[in-house]
This record gives sequence, structure tokens and C-alpha cells, in this order.
Amino acid sequence: MSAIAAWFTPEVIAVLIGMVKAVVILLVVIIASAWMIWVERRLLGLWQDRWGPNRVWWLGIGQVVADMVKIFMKEDWIPKFVDKPVFILAPAIAMVMTLLAFAVIPIAPGWRIIDLNVGVLFFLAVLSLSAYAVMLGGWASNSKYALFGGVRAAAQMLSYEVFMGLAMMGVVIQAGSFSFDTIVEAQTGLWYVVPQFLGFILFLLATIAATHRAPFDIPEAEQELTAGFHTEYSGMKFGMFFVAEYISITLMSALVVTLFFGGWHGPLLPPVVWFCLKTGLFMCFFILLRAALARPRYDQFMESGWKVMLPLALLNVLVTGGIVVALAAH
Amino acid sequence: MADDAPQTPVAPATVPEVVRELTTRFGDVAFTWQPTLGGVPTVWVPASRLKEILRFLKKEVPKPYSMLLDLHGVDERLRVHREGFPKVAGPGTHDFTVFYHLLSIDRDIATHGGGDIRIKIALVGDTPHVPSITGLWPNANWYERETWDMFGIVFDGHPNLRRILLPPTWEGHALRKDYPARATEFDPYQLDALKTDMEQEALRFNPEEWGMKRHSENEDFMFLNLGPNHPSAHGAFRIVLQLDGEEILDCVPDIGYHHRGAEKMGERQSWHTYIPYTDRIDYLGGVMNELPYVMAIEKLAGIQVPDRVKVVRIMMSEFFRITSHLLFYGTYAQDLGMMSPVFYMFTDRQKAYDVIEAVTGFRMHPAWFRIGGLAMDLPKGWEKNVRTFLDWMKPRLREYERAMVNNGIIRARTIDVAKYDSAAAIDWGVTGAGLRATGVNYDLRKARPYSGFEQFEFEVPLAANGDCYDRLTVRAEEIRQSCRIIEQCLNNMPAGPYKADHPLTCPPPKERTLHDIETLITHFLGVSWGPVMPAGETYFAIEATKGLNSYYCTSDGSTMSYRTRIRTPSFPHLQMIPYIIRGQMVPDLIALLASIDFVMADVDR
Repeated sequence: MSAIAAWFTPEVIAVLIGMVKAVVILLVVIIASAWMIWVERRLLGLWQDRWGPNRVWWLGIGQVVADMVKIFMKEDWIPKFVDKPVFILAPAIAMVMTLLAFAVIPIAPGWRIIDLNVGVLFFLAVLSLSAYAVMLGGWASNSKYALFGGVRAAAQMLSYEVFMGLAMMGVVIQAGSFSFDTIVEAQTGLWYVVPQFLGFILFLLATIAATHRAPFDIPEAEQELTAGFHTEYSGMKFGMFFVAEYISITLMSALVVTLFFGGWHGPLLPPVVWFCLKTGLFMCFFILLRAALARPRYDQFMESGWKVMLPLALLNVLVTGGIVVALAAH
Repeated sequence: MADDAPQTPVAPATVPEVVRELTTRFGDVAFTWQPTLGGVPTVWVPASRLKEILRFLKKEVPKPYSMLLDLHGVDERLRVHREGFPKVAGPGTHDFTVFYHLLSIDRDIATHGGGDIRIKIALVGDTPHVPSITGLWPNANWYERETWDMFGIVFDGHPNLRRILLPPTWEGHALRKDYPARATEFDPYQLDALKTDMEQEALRFNPEEWGMKRHSENEDFMFLNLGPNHPSAHGAFRIVLQLDGEEILDCVPDIGYHHRGAEKMGERQSWHTYIPYTDRIDYLGGVMNELPYVMAIEKLAGIQVPDRVKVVRIMMSEFFRITSHLLFYGTYAQDLGMMSPVFYMFTDRQKAYDVIEAVTGFRMHPAWFRIGGLAMDLPKGWEKNVRTFLDWMKPRLREYERAMVNNGIIRARTIDVAKYDSAAAIDWGVTGAGLRATGVNYDLRKARPYSGFEQFEFEVPLAANGDCYDRLTVRAEEIRQSCRIIEQCLNNMPAGPYKADHPLTCPPPKERTLHDIETLITHFLGVSWGPVMPAGETYFAIEATKGLNSYYCTSDGSTMSYRTRIRTPSFPHLQMIPYIIRGQMVPDLIALLASIDFVMADVDR
């Protein structure tokens, strides 16, 4: 016994606790994201004068379980004409990359998988990789509509990523760190949404584009491209793209909260509750956007990305940097 | 019956102005002026002078006939009543007719319906040849293709004379009199694997057939099938796009997937039993479709309907204009990626259908108008239902304008997108909101008021720019005007019978049947055979939900129509798509399709 006990040095225990936390966080993220499908359908129903799914269990909350069971049972059909390895890889990339980005999000004090001192950069890198999922899926499908979806995704990514990164830089400059933990700590008094309001707006727009959600669902654009990049997908592979989109909404909401709304800071309630409340609010905001807005044409989106958002983001960095330097000089 | 009615076609004493103009200009041409019951001056001309005469009418006469409203054929081989037909030269007989229906909007507005002229040419032989007029009117292209498809009449000089409604593999020409109308007259239809492959192969798009290149010097073009199953194609409609990136270089609309032979059916249904078929032409238009049909037949029979019938017809038709426009409104937003509006508008349509159902007993296709009246009177308490709907609808319209029409993204997506001007619209045969969005004040309800529209106060919404946005605002305002018309119907509904007192009214009024033998016989024949309409040609056009919808029926003095030509607005509207969309992007095409407001049944019939 003592020999086994000797294995559990404090280092090993720390690793084990870290692993358990990681698993818990990932599971909670996946389950929360899946349930968001139900939340979305009910909210859309509310806003569109109809019911939405209300039959399975209390308020229809079991609909997601039913849908999951259904999608697992479905034939996972791979068309003959696709590039098979890439076709299979693409939805996996979508899932893995969005989950990976969660590693650096601090959920509550001490509750995060890892505190990288380059957290913001890590996030941007992973986000770029996740865009590959859509591009590869569109390309490997070997179908015209899917190809359009993939090409549009690439064009869209180029347009939003630049100003997304720059919009985050204002926060980074103010906090003086790329670490999300430090950024949250720095918002103890004042949330960054106040000093960085422009950065917040820009970042929010970029997150919508990054999730490929309406109104920036340009790579899917049901009315134009039938289903865009996932036209040829079925069964669980489609399900993975689908859930990845919702994970991505959860991720982006968490990120907006972390960067601009003080992360887990808040009075009275425990930090984790505050974090979840704020994140949930932004997730609902994503749904509201979908219910309310039309889709711009993708050249219009790109044009505003490069000609309006990018200069504004640069201006934001310049002004923030200038003020920070000026204050430091005093 | 037929001989009771005073309708032997007689030439009116005054010669229409256009006939005078024609004879003055072409003194050497032997014109034959055919009297008809439809009120459309009908002139037979020799095929050799056709193009010259049409060019004169389009370009040279004052207040020119600038729109080719309709072009089709008639198989005259079994026609008994040939009064007013010209003598054909040579040994053959007059077998086919091709007619060209032209419209002068200026004349129509000036004289309340004097803007029509129908030019006919008499053709001899089994495969007659006619000069193509595609050089004169671009929209003649599809009409000539359809005439070839249906009658086997060859149009010399047509750029691409191929089948349009029937599949490319089809044999025979379906509207010919010797072509059977019933499936039981054919061998049983079988679709085996071999035939499936063959049919699918026949549908494969071949760019060379349409004079398109597969690649430019530096790049290959993509050919994309948009449809026949596509979320935004609004039915079974296929457009093949020639794409450079997402830019549409050219496109070929392919129609016919929804063709059900409605015109052929007209030749074997009695005048009365054809009414339900008309409902399904523009399947969103409900009773509005029946209106031009029953009014054309009433002209043929010489029936004057009571005032109550007129007003009820207007009221119910305007209800369908509202439901159709609401569907347009919702799907328009939907096609631009806006998810919610369509749900609100379907709620509104539901409320409208509740009223329609209470009045007619049906929802979408009530088949409720009758030759000479209505199927039944308005039910007790209809006023309350109509009032409830109007009170519900008006505030909602304001809300939609704020939430949707004024939305920045909607405006960015639609303003200056898929634009055309009045001249192009007229040249391509565009009617309805698509024409009024370019600023042409032409609404048949005002231009040639029918069914008592002259008694109503309403405005014709107009716009100036002719883009997708204007087509939206015009229709949005039309809903409001329709509400106004319905309100006037509600406040001024005349009392009186819901059926005309006329032997050809169908089903005939029954009150006197058991009192005198004449009425009894008439009633018996009218109910068992269906009414026998006097021989002659009749025509009626109305402002339908999607544009100008008209019926041109030829009676050969029997219980069935000899030829029923249905002019639908959506047909030329789709034909115009390549002209409008060249050089724009795929999402613009979706916006255009949404703004045209078509249903495929209205195109393919």
C-alpha cells in the first residue's frame, strides 16, 4: 500500500487534479453547447410566435437527448466522389480545435485547464486552425456548393481574423499581458468594456463571423448554397460540425466575457455562477441576432472588414497604446 | 341555350383606330378583321408581311404597342365555326394559327382597355414555318419555343428552337388536336433504370448548345445547377449558372418541371368543371385565378353579373392578393437570410385563410366563383370576420416596415441590385409589381377597371428605381391598398342575388325549373352536360397577384373549350432573369428570385 501511496507525490496529485478539471470542463462545455440547441430552438420559438420543441420531458428539455440518439443511429454516408481521409478529418478538426481553445479560458479562480502566458495568441492560433475544418470540409466534399462554402469560409476568415486579433490588442495593452488570468485579474475594478468599448464592438462582430452564425453564416448560407460546406455531410459527421458550431458560440461568449466583462468577477454570487450567467447571456445574444438580422452579401462583409473594421481596430490599438504610454510617463 | 343568347359575333360599327392605322399604312396588304367577343381587335395578316407589320405596331404607330403580351398557337383542324377566317392561298387548308397579342400601355390607360391587338396568321400543312420575331421582342423567344413544343410549328430564325415545357426526350406535340389528353390512351408508363439514365442524361447541361464557352483564355468557368431542387428556387425551377468565381457571367433558366398540361385540360373539361383547374395555375392566387376565366366565359355567354357578385369577387380576390403578397414578403426576407418574418407573415396568412375558409369553405383553392356568379352567398356574420382581420393586419404592416423594409442589411442587399428600367420591362413583357417598381403606372384595376373596380378608392403604389428593394416596397404597399379595398367592400356590400339570372349561369338558378318546361330543360342540360357556350373567341385579363393574368378561350359552340390559352405573368418574368443578372453575384440572383415573386405552376401551367 505504501508503495502505491508513494506514487502519489504532490506533483502527481496536481497532475491528476488538473486532468479531472480538464475532463469536467470539457464535458460541461460539450453538454452546455448541446443543450444550447434546445435553448436556441425554444428562444427562436418565443420570438417567432410559435412553440419550438416542447414535448420531450419538462419543457422539451430532453429534445437534445432524443436528437443525439437519432443522429447516432443515422447512416453515416460518405459519398463516392469525396476525398475520404480529409472528408473524415474535417469535422474532427472542427470539434477538437474549438474544444482546445477552452483550455486557456479561466472559468473561476483556479478553475481553468492551463494558464498560458501567451493565452491570447494560443487562442488566435487555434481559431485559425479551426477555420481549416470548414475549408477542408468544403474542399474534400468535391461538390460545387460545398466548394463555394469552403471558399467563402476562407475569404471570411481572412477578413475577420485580422481585426479580431487587433481588437483584442487594446485589452492586452491595458492589462499588459497575453495571459487570460491576468486580464481577468486586471478587471477587478472596472470591466474593460468601458475603456475598450470600440474594441468590444469590433471583437463581438468578429466572434459572430468566427462562429459562422447568422447574420454572418456566409459559408453555409442555406438560401444560396443549400448548406454550404457541409452539404455532403450526414449522420454524426454532420452532427460534429453542428455541435462544433454551438461549442464555438459557447467559446466566443466565454471569451467576450473574459476579455471585456470581467470574467468571473461579480458581487455576492460565487465566481463560477457569474461566469456562467454572463456567458449564457451572450449565448442568448447570438440567438437573438439570428432571429433578427438578414445576411449581408459576402463581398459586403469583406469590404466592411477591410475598409471599416480594420482601420477602426488599428485606431483603437493606437489610441489605447498612446494613452497607456502617456499614463506610464506621468 | 346557344341560340337563346344574342352572341353571334358581330363586327362593331366603329372600326378600331389601330385597324384604320394598319390599313392606311399597309394599303396593299389583305387584312382580314375577325370579330370576337373578347373586345380585342383581331386582324389576320399574311405570314410574309408579319414582321413588317409587327415592327410597325411596335415602333412606328403613335402610342406604340410596345409589349408582346402573348404569343401562341391554335390547332384549327377540328374547328367547325370558322367565321372571320381568311382564305388561305393554294391548295391546303387552314390547319394552324399563330397569334400575337400586343399591348399598348399608353392606349390602354387612355381608353380604358383599348390597348390590345391580336395579330393572327393562318398556317397550312403539318409542320408549318413562321418567321421568328425574337429580333423584335426578346420575350418572343420562350413563347415561340413553347408554341413549337406544343404544336410543332417551326419558327425560322429562332436562335435556339428547342422544347421548353416538355422534356427534351418527349415525342409529339401535346396541344395538337390529334394528341391524346388522357393517360389511358397511351401505353402504361414505365420508368426503368435504363430510361431513368437516359432521361437524366438528356437533362445534362451542354454549354455549347446555348452558345456558351466552357473557359476563357485564363480560367475555366464553373457551371452550377441551381435547382430543380434548391431552397430558394421557389418550386421546381432550375437555372444553370455560368460562373466566374461567384460572378454570374450568364445563365439559362430551365422550366417545365411543374408542367401539368392545364391548357390541354381546358379542352376536355366542361366550361364549368374547369374552374378548379384555374385555382391551381397561380396556386397562391386562389379565387383570383378564377376571375379572368369566369369573366371571359361570361363575356362569351353575355352574362351580366349582379352587383353583389362583383363586390364579393373583388373582396375575395383582394384577400388572396394579401395572402400571396404576405408569402412573398416573408420568403423575401427568408431568402435574404432573415429568419423570423416568414413566421409572422404565416400567422397573418392564417388569419386571412380563416376568413376565406369561413366564406368559401376552402382555404387555398376554393373553386368558388361560378360562371355567372358565386357558389354560394356570403355566410351570416362574415362582416365580423373580415373586420377582425383588417384590425389585425394594419398594425402588423407598420411593424414589418420598421423591422424589415427599413433594415440596413436588407437595404444593402437589395438597393440597386438586379435593376431594370421601364423600357426593358416592357420589352420583356413584365407586368404587375415588377413593372410598377420601374415607375410605370399600369395596374389593370385602374387602367381597365373590371368587376366594378372603378367604384373603389385606392392607390397604385409605384417606385422609380426598378431594383429588388422597389419590388419589395411596391408589394408591401399593395397589401395596405388591398386592405383598403376590402374595407370598402365591407362598408358598401350591395344586397341582391349571388347568381345572374341567365340560362348559361352554372349551376343555373333553380327557382323556376319546376314551373315551365323551357327553364327545366335548360337547367337539366346545364347541370348534366354543362352549359353549351356560343361559338366565338373571348378574352379577359386581370391584375392578378403576380401581374397580368388572362384567359383567351375559343368556343366552338360546345360544352368544352376548343382552345384555352392562359397567359401567366410569371412566364415572361423568369425569361428575363439572364438579362437582369449578368455580371452580378449568386446572392444577388437569390435576391432577384425572391423579388420576382413567382410560383412555378404559374410559369409552367
